Amino acid sequence: MDARRESEAIPMKNRTTVERKSERELAVTRTFNGPARIVFEAWTKPELFKRWWAPKSMGASLLSVEMDVRVGGGYRVVFGKDAANSMAFFGKYVEVTPHSRLVWTNDEGGDSGPVTTVTFEEKGDKTLLVMHELYPSKEALDAAGTGAADMMNETFEQLDELLVALGASVGRS
Amino acid sequence: MVQYSRAHLDASFAALSDATRRGVLEQLGRSDASITDLAEKFHMTLTGIKKHVGVLEQSGLVTTEKLGRVRTCKLGPRRLEEETAWLERYRQLWDARFDELDKVVEELKRKEKVDGRKKRE
Repeated sequence: MDARRESEAIPMKNRTTVERKSERELAVTRTFNGPARIVFEAWTKPELFKRWWAPKSMGASLLSVEMDVRVGGGYRVVFGKDAANSMAFFGKYVEVTPHSRLVWTNDEGGDSGPVTTVTFEEKGDKTLLVMHELYPSKEALDAAGTGAADMMNETFEQLDELLVALGASVGRS
Repeated sequence: MVQYSRAHLDASFAALSDATRRGVLEQLGRSDASITDLAEKFHMTLTGIKKHVGVLEQSGLVTTEKLGRVRTCKLGPRRLEEETAWLERYRQLWDARFDELDKVVEELKRKEKVDGRKKRE
């Protein structure tokens, strides 16, 4: 039926997984169909980063992206509708290993922000990307989750019914 | 706001840390199923699937009810939605981002091909 036609027309999409690795850690994993060099570039050049960091479904656009990608260098990403209604995310790069590893701090929330590590592992003509967030405490991660839930309740209203969506994505034909 | 109980969250995350159990939840999201249905679906023994269902039941994500000789499993009342929705939403955010990143990667790949061998910048 339709499902078959769709699966023929659309190239296979790589799956994004999120796992709570421990009380203080979250990991997001995804494979990309390109060399690590290119994927790394898309994470470290503001003009490229801007094109994917705020997808339409997020409901907020990127006002500005500044990044000084070197150890000790800072970044600042501003989201929002306009300057008056905006939210800034910022921190410092702790490790920069071209094409394989990026580590940065998330300082907008004071001491409770996680340290983010992104690794790019080339496998053939693909790249396995793992984004790992280590929070200072279990409480900080729980709070971030609850905070994210509050925030995303607004931005992801259309995706509100998790179970319906899960069922629909598999069951629709 | 919903009050999140830590003990419940921990139990939920532990329950969700296993691929089979996530599969069972997805399956039950579509329709209720008996233990036998689930065992067949996931190519497991009855004992094996019962263990997984037990973990899900303890975390409150699933409830079971015995009718005659058949034990029917269904999703617990809204628990998954309430307690783990943020994790799923977080995944959806990253998935949406990465779909866009796919496009950037494709474009850069095409560009490299067109540019041919170019000296490193």
